[in-house]
Amino acid sequence: MTAPDTAAAQPENDFDVIVVGAGVAGCITAYQLAGQGHSVVLIERGEAPGSKNLSGGVLYCRGIQEVFPDFLDEAPVERRITRNYITFLNAESSVGIDYKDARLADPVNAVTVLRGKLDAWLGEKCEEAGVFVMPGVRVDRVLTEQGPTGTRVVGVKSGDDELRARVVVAADGVNSFIAQEVGLRDKQPLNHLATGVKCVVRLPKETIESRFALRGNEGAAFALVGDCTQGVGGGGFLYTNTDSISVGVVLRLDDLVAKEKSATEIFDHFLAHPFIAPYLEDGEVTEYGCHLVAEGGLDMLGEIDMDGMIVVGEAAGLTLNTGLTVRGMDLAVASGVAAAVGIDAALSGNDTSKAGLAGYRDALFASFAGKDLRTYAKAPSFLETGRMYREYGELLSNVMYGVFNLDNRPRQHLAAVAFKAFRKSPVKIRHLITDGFAGVRAL
Amino acid sequence: MNRLPLIVLSVPERLAKNRFELDEEESHIQVNQAIVKSSGCGKAIVNCCAAHVYTEEADGTLSVEYAACLECGTCLAVAAPGALTWRYPRGGFGIQFREG
Repeated sequence: MTAPDTAAAQPENDFDVIVVGAGVAGCITAYQLAGQGHSVVLIERGEAPGSKNLSGGVLYCRGIQEVFPDFLDEAPVERRITRNYITFLNAESSVGIDYKDARLADPVNAVTVLRGKLDAWLGEKCEEAGVFVMPGVRVDRVLTEQGPTGTRVVGVKSGDDELRARVVVAADGVNSFIAQEVGLRDKQPLNHLATGVKCVVRLPKETIESRFALRGNEGAAFALVGDCTQGVGGGGFLYTNTDSISVGVVLRLDDLVAKEKSATEIFDHFLAHPFIAPYLEDGEVTEYGCHLVAEGGLDMLGEIDMDGMIVVGEAAGLTLNTGLTVRGMDLAVASGVAAAVGIDAALSGNDTSKAGLAGYRDALFASFAGKDLRTYAKAPSFLETGRMYREYGELLSNVMYGVFNLDNRPRQHLAAVAFKAFRKSPVKIRHLITDGFAGVRAL
Repeated sequence: MNRLPLIVLSVPERLAKNRFELDEEESHIQVNQAIVKSSGCGKAIVNCCAAHVYTEEADGTLSVEYAACLECGTCLAVAAPGALTWRYPRGGFGIQFREG
């Protein structure tokens, strides 16, 4: 059953589409739709696009390059990631994999970004494409009507002002009050949420390049787990920008609350850690921010469509932590592209009901983003394994210590050293087997 | 060498680096003290807030410094249902990230 939009005596629509939130997902949706000739308003509560938005900082950029072919040259990207350093970081030791590869720069696969700059640029691209960008306006709620197939979203309300459109796009971020208001999203369980705390630390470009062993516009992304978060599930990161470093921790809320730890004390501990501090020395903090992170993967993907409305980006729960890569912005791009496909079809077919908008869901799940969500569906629960954040890092460093600590006693074969370290560790064989098996299946 | 790196500023010192457009007329956060007390969620709210917006007072109530809020929504996620009324500040007000 489809209900035509043009029922009698309906107030006129101000726009074809209202997009709420000028982040990556909202901007891409608006940009694509304007390019298809639809009238689009992009409403942003900050002073300008980007002023409310914060990311850790790595954007896997192949998707956004399909939208903007000159993205790497035109957009305010910071550095091109060629070095990924994954580390178990204990109190006094660290064991990591330092993966550096020239192929990651040709073609460029990931870049660091600062959202205050990136989203401002995306907002400009939207304006150039004909989107009406409306900053400084907070949407208070959506306007709904009862239609033949249930509640239908017909617009938004801010203060006394109302705007009506054939489709509303909720791109209002992880807290999406809009999606919650219409029942598309429930309050999320704490094991699916984390809080990210971050500083941007200014340092001379040359200092960053020498500290991180980079040349030109190459960049490094460090991901750390273990003592750096005082055993709380989550991890820390160091990302190089052109002349600053994004440094932060991400802490799973169920674990943080259960352990009664303070997020800022853990962040302080991280910044002062002997592994981290030397990278930041003499730097100047230019900004301090935080962000609620959705970590549930496919489980968190809520209802993403209803009559007259769809949900994109983080508002839809589109984030993915695979243990090695942490993704959000690339999924936001993919959902924006898919949303524009679905909305264009709905507008052309003159049916913006849930059924008419189904092209969004189809396009999303046909894209790499939807497929990756399914592939990594088990990753979040695997990453809740507490041993990841304590025992495994200690165990690894004890094996390495046994190898490198030549203490004038006769050497043993590596297998024997490892077995001894393992015997002393609280990790049991069954843990290794179950975690190893789960890890292979989940990641 | 035991020199403390410059990076370890206090939370207020870090916040002072940010740009805020303070809404002097309206707080975007309200606390239901009775629910905070009965649920015992005050400590979790205080601990999870990176901006130290919340303080547990001697009498057990939760006080709020809304001007420091970084608008992440973590407090709402850990609060007992009804303990906090938390919405975004009015359009154009609150934190304005330059870096993000």
